[in-house]
Amino acid sequence: MEKWPNNKAWLLVLPVFVIVAFSAIIPLMTVINYSVQDIFGPGQSVFVGTEWFREMLADKRLHDALWRQFLFSGLVLAIEMPLGILIALAMPKKGWGVPVCLITIALPLLIPWNTIGTIWMIFTRPDIGLFGAGMNNLLGIPFDHTDNWLDAWITVMLMEVWHWTPLVVLLAYAGLRAIPEAYYQAARIDGASSWATFLYIQLPKMRGVLTIAFLLRFMDSFLIYAEPFVLTGGGPGNSTTFLSIYLVKIALLQFDLGPGGAFSLIYFVIVLLFCFIFYQALQRVGKGEKV
Amino acid sequence: MARIELNEVAHSYLPKPVKDSDYALKRIHNVWEDGVACALLGPSGCGKTTLLNIVSGLLVPSNGRVLYDGNDVTALPPEKRNIAQVFQFPVLYDTMTVFDNLAFPLRNRGIDEGAVKKRVLEVADILDLAPFLNKRAAGLAADAKQKISLGRGLVRSDVAAILFDEPLTVIDPQMKWHLRSKLKEIHKELKLTFIYVTHDQVEALTFADQVAVMFEGEMVQIGSPQDLFENPEHKFVGYFIGSPGMNFLECTIEGNEARVNGTGIVLDEETAAKGRKAQGKLELGIRPMYLGLHAGPGDARVKAKIKGVEDLGSYRIVALTLGGQTLKARLPEGQPIPESEVWLAFPPKWTRLFADGRLIK
Repeated sequence: MEKWPNNKAWLLVLPVFVIVAFSAIIPLMTVINYSVQDIFGPGQSVFVGTEWFREMLADKRLHDALWRQFLFSGLVLAIEMPLGILIALAMPKKGWGVPVCLITIALPLLIPWNTIGTIWMIFTRPDIGLFGAGMNNLLGIPFDHTDNWLDAWITVMLMEVWHWTPLVVLLAYAGLRAIPEAYYQAARIDGASSWATFLYIQLPKMRGVLTIAFLLRFMDSFLIYAEPFVLTGGGPGNSTTFLSIYLVKIALLQFDLGPGGAFSLIYFVIVLLFCFIFYQALQRVGKGEKV
Repeated sequence: MARIELNEVAHSYLPKPVKDSDYALKRIHNVWEDGVACALLGPSGCGKTTLLNIVSGLLVPSNGRVLYDGNDVTALPPEKRNIAQVFQFPVLYDTMTVFDNLAFPLRNRGIDEGAVKKRVLEVADILDLAPFLNKRAAGLAADAKQKISLGRGLVRSDVAAILFDEPLTVIDPQMKWHLRSKLKEIHKELKLTFIYVTHDQVEALTFADQVAVMFEGEMVQIGSPQDLFENPEHKFVGYFIGSPGMNFLECTIEGNEARVNGTGIVLDEETAAKGRKAQGKLELGIRPMYLGLHAGPGDARVKAKIKGVEDLGSYRIVALTLGGQTLKARLPEGQPIPESEVWLAFPPKWTRLFADGRLIK
């Protein structure tokens, strides 16, 4: 059979190429362009090479924000992954309870992120918030997320866990439901305890969805902006200033486009690097051969 | 090892069964002697897997009792029954090595590691799995995986019976044959009770000493493969076993003859006498291979038309019409086949009468 050298098929790729160009490549190019220039105003800019990168990498406040970010993402993963799996395991397997649970659990995922920040800001306000006022007045525990850094962190973590654990639950639940009944039957016949069933059947079979959940939760928590911005504005002090909040401060509030561009690229590379490392590591878990 | 007894077992998946048709299994009463290799043969949906799950304890029957060596185990869960089951798709613990997979049932029962190791090595030897012991089970071929599933049953020295639920479905044809003979070999060697569910008659007939044919929730006949072939007691057995299945012709009895739309077929006297007394819809049944084909008329021969011939290599199938009804004959290669008309002989020894689907006894 002869092959026709017909290259018209490439035209079919064109729409995707245009969309990706406008949504990702062109903005990225702009950021790269900014990151190597000192911009004074429209039409007034000087090429500065890697100066902004060196400056940003040495920035003490960026370092602080980065460690804060790692602590935050670490806590998010350490709490949400096990909690999500636990809730998924406890959910009903069939009957009317399934849709009820799924919809109830998924509700936080449907709320706009700014609204979530607002809900929690009001909920935890020490004067009128149900949680904040309750802590202060009913339980007598002083609680003020606008004043105390620990209270601010507790509030942000509670909000984050409330908002995003449902995603882990949904993914884990889907993974659990996909396990054929025969595995459970075999485990019963083999006399496996429920812990052994979890460890050797459910967890390995959920590997795929949990990898996705892990990566999504890492990325999203590492890039978090709207909710803490609305809730605490990065305070008190800089105690909840995460990378994205700090970036917005530099790029939009101070309008330092050059350093902002350099920061963005560094941020992007860190996220990419960690996703790559996590993905590789998770792919290997439980695949090594015993000798 | 155990003798497994089903005492009036019936099962319905509905919470409150009323009609007969609500039952997936209808009143099964059967005994499998210790050490027997038995096959449960039937089409999809006939209740064979349900029955198997009742034996293993994964299902508690709606009615009746299950006895192992005379002890009532109906209410016992599978882990307390000393039973092993091999499923249609290989069930493995993916993250474990082959060794750990085989050791799993023993470790769960708290057997000390030295004994576990010894037993696993023995079983791996029987199943030819020894070279793979340190490999991860997930990476092996389907037949090796099924052997591991089987091995998890064999490692338990107290195992009462091993149940197979269509275990060769996902195995390549040439490996199927190999694995089946391996199973037979293991059965001979270990003298365990094997219960083997399948819808494949070749599998059932070659594997088992005793085959139970199931149809619509009933065990319609239990017997040796030969018995099922030569003396089907139910129309379904005749039709399901053998290739092609038994011929059935609607008929009436007049004297010593079965009349099929006016054509008389001579029966032996005993069969005819029973047929005259029988109630219900009468049918005459004969295996295609016992049907005699002749080029010319003769004593006790009836005329039929040839509709078509199918050559299957070592034998040929001839499709015929007799009195408006279709039947098939199986001929060895080389026997000449007349053009369009033949005279059929129905050997009385192989010609049976069925009333409402059941053999007239």
